[in-house]
Amino acid sequence: MLEHYLSLATKAIFVENMALAFFLGMCSFLAVSKKVETAIGLGAAVTFVQAVTVPLNNVLYNVLLREGALTWISDDFATLDLSFLTFLTLIGTIAASVQVVEMVLDKYAPALYSALGVFLPLIAVNCAILGGSLFMVERDYNLAESTVFGVGSGVGWAMAVVALAAIREKMRYSNVPPQLRGLGITFIVTGLMALGFMAFAGIQL
Amino acid sequence: MKALRDFLDKWAPKFEKGGPWHKYHAFFEANDTILFSPGEVTKGPTHVRDAMNLKRMMIVVVAALMPCVLMALYNTGYQANHAVHDLGALPLDTWQESLYQAMRLSYAPTLLNNVAHGALYFLPVWIVTFVVGGHIEVAFALVRRHEINEGFLVTGFLFPCILPPTIPLWQVAIGIAFGVIIGKEVFGGTGMNVLNPALTGRAFLFFAYPAQISGNSVWISAHMPDAASGATWLSRAAEGTATFGPIGSPDWMDAFVGLVPGSMAETSALACLLGAALLIFTRVGSWRTMAGVLVGTTLTSVALSTIGSDTNPMFAMPFYWHLVLGGWAFGAVFMATDPVSSAFTDKGKLIYGFGIGVLVVLVRVVNPAYPEGMMLAILFMNMFAPLIDHVFVQANIKRRVARYGAR
Repeated sequence: MLEHYLSLATKAIFVENMALAFFLGMCSFLAVSKKVETAIGLGAAVTFVQAVTVPLNNVLYNVLLREGALTWISDDFATLDLSFLTFLTLIGTIAASVQVVEMVLDKYAPALYSALGVFLPLIAVNCAILGGSLFMVERDYNLAESTVFGVGSGVGWAMAVVALAAIREKMRYSNVPPQLRGLGITFIVTGLMALGFMAFAGIQL
Repeated sequence: MKALRDFLDKWAPKFEKGGPWHKYHAFFEANDTILFSPGEVTKGPTHVRDAMNLKRMMIVVVAALMPCVLMALYNTGYQANHAVHDLGALPLDTWQESLYQAMRLSYAPTLLNNVAHGALYFLPVWIVTFVVGGHIEVAFALVRRHEINEGFLVTGFLFPCILPPTIPLWQVAIGIAFGVIIGKEVFGGTGMNVLNPALTGRAFLFFAYPAQISGNSVWISAHMPDAASGATWLSRAAEGTATFGPIGSPDWMDAFVGLVPGSMAETSALACLLGAALLIFTRVGSWRTMAGVLVGTTLTSVALSTIGSDTNPMFAMPFYWHLVLGGWAFGAVFMATDPVSSAFTDKGKLIYGFGIGVLVVLVRVVNPAYPEGMMLAILFMNMFAPLIDHVFVQANIKRRVARYGAR
C-alpha cells in the first residue's frame, strides 16, 4: 500500500511534473522566478493550496457532484448528476483557500506577501492548481490518493520554480542578447529544463 | 619569438577600440592568445595572478580526451571489421565503404585496417562539427563582439565522441548548431550557459531523430546479420539476454577496454580513466564531481540489486558493470566536470555528482524508455546545479554572519 502512494508521489513530482511536463501554471512560473527566496515562498504557497484543495475537492466531488453521489440524502437522487457544476465548485474551493493563504501571509509574513504581490491572489486562477483538481477528477483518485497527489504535484511545481529561480539568479552574469532578455530567455531555459525532465518520461509506476 | 611578438604588437592598435579594424578584434585576439599568454592585467582592486587561462584549461581537456578519441578511431573500425570479417555482416552502402574499398584495405581486423575504417566514420562527423559549430561561434563573436572562445574547441571534441558511428552528417550539423546556439550562445557564450552545450545538442538529436541515435542497428557501421547482434550491452541487459561476469572476466575486460558497440568514444572506460588522471592531476576537472558520481552510482546500484526484481533484469546488474558500460565513464569524467554547467562550490560538487550517480542508475534500471541514462542524468543535474550552489553560498554567508556578528 505504502509502495502505491510512494509511486504516486514520485509520479506527481517527477514524471508528470506540472510545470515541466504539462507546462501548467506558466504565468507565475515565469513571472515569480527572479529570486530564489520569493520562488520558495510562491512554491510553498502553491504546495499548500494544492494540498488543501485537491483533497477538499475530492470530498466535494464524491459527496455532492458525481452521478448518484447524493443517495446519502435520499434514494430518489440515485440518477442525479451534478457534475456539470464541477468546474464551478473546484474554482470556488481554490479561490477560498487562496484567500486563507493570503490572509495568513499578510498577517505573519508581510515581506513575502509584498514580494509575491499580485501573483498571490493569481494563484486562484493558476492552471496548475485547477489542473491538479481536474486530474484528480479524471483519474478517479480516492481521498488518500488525492492528498498524496495534491502534495506531490505542488512539490514538483515548487521544485521546478525554485530551480528556475536559481538559474535566473546565476544568469545575472550571462550576456544574453538584448532582444532575448527577460521573458524570452526564460522561455528558452524552461524548454531546456523540460529537456532535462525528459529523463523521467516513460517511467511506468 | 621576439620578432613574432613585435609583429603582433605592431598590428595590435589597429584592432583596438577606435582602430580601423576593431570589428575583427575577435580574430586578432584569438590568434594572439594562441601564440602567447595574454599580457593583459586585471584592473581594479582585485588582482588575479595565474598562468592558467581559459585557453590553457581547454587545451588540457582536449589532451585528456585524446585517449578516448584514439580509442574511438580504433573501436569504430574494429566493430565494423569484426562484424564483416567474423560475424558475416555486410558492409553498409555508404561513401565511406566505397572509399575504404577503394583504398584496397581488407576487412580483417588489424590495427591499420581498424584505424583507417574508424577514421572514415569519426573524422567526417568531427569535421562537420567543427565547420558548422566553428562558423556559428565566429559569427556570434563578430555580431555580439565577444572573443572567440576555446569553449567550442572542447564542445567540438566532445560532441562527435558521444554520437553513434552511423549518424547522418546533416543531423550532426543540426545537433551541433542547436547545442551551440540554444545551449550556449543565447546565454552570451562560453562560461555563461546553464546546460552542457554538447549534451544539449545530443539530447536534441536524441528526441528529434530517435531512429538514428538509439536502437540496436546504429552502433556498428555494418549490416548485422540479425538485429540483436548489434545491440549495446545496456540494451541487452535491459532485455535480460546479457550475463554479467565478475571483474576481470573476458566480457568485463572487453567493456572496460572499450571493444564493445556504443557511441564512438564512450565505450572505453580505460581511456576515460587516463583522461581523468590528467584532469585531476592538472586540477582542471574536479575530483569531487567524479567521486560524487562514483559513490552515487555504486550506492544506488548496490541498493537496487539488494532489493531485486523478478520482472526487471536490470535490477541485478552489479555496480562494476554500471561503471564500464554506456556513457558512464565518459560522462563522469568529461561531461559532469564541465566547470560551467556543474556546481561551483566544493561541497556542491559532491552533491551534484552524487545526484548524477543516483539518477543515471535510476534511469537505466527503472525507466524502460531509455537503456542509457548518463546524458539525461547530467542534463537534469545541470539544471539543479545553480540551486545547489545557492544553498551552500547562503549557508556560508549565514555562518560567517554568526561568527563575526555582522556582514
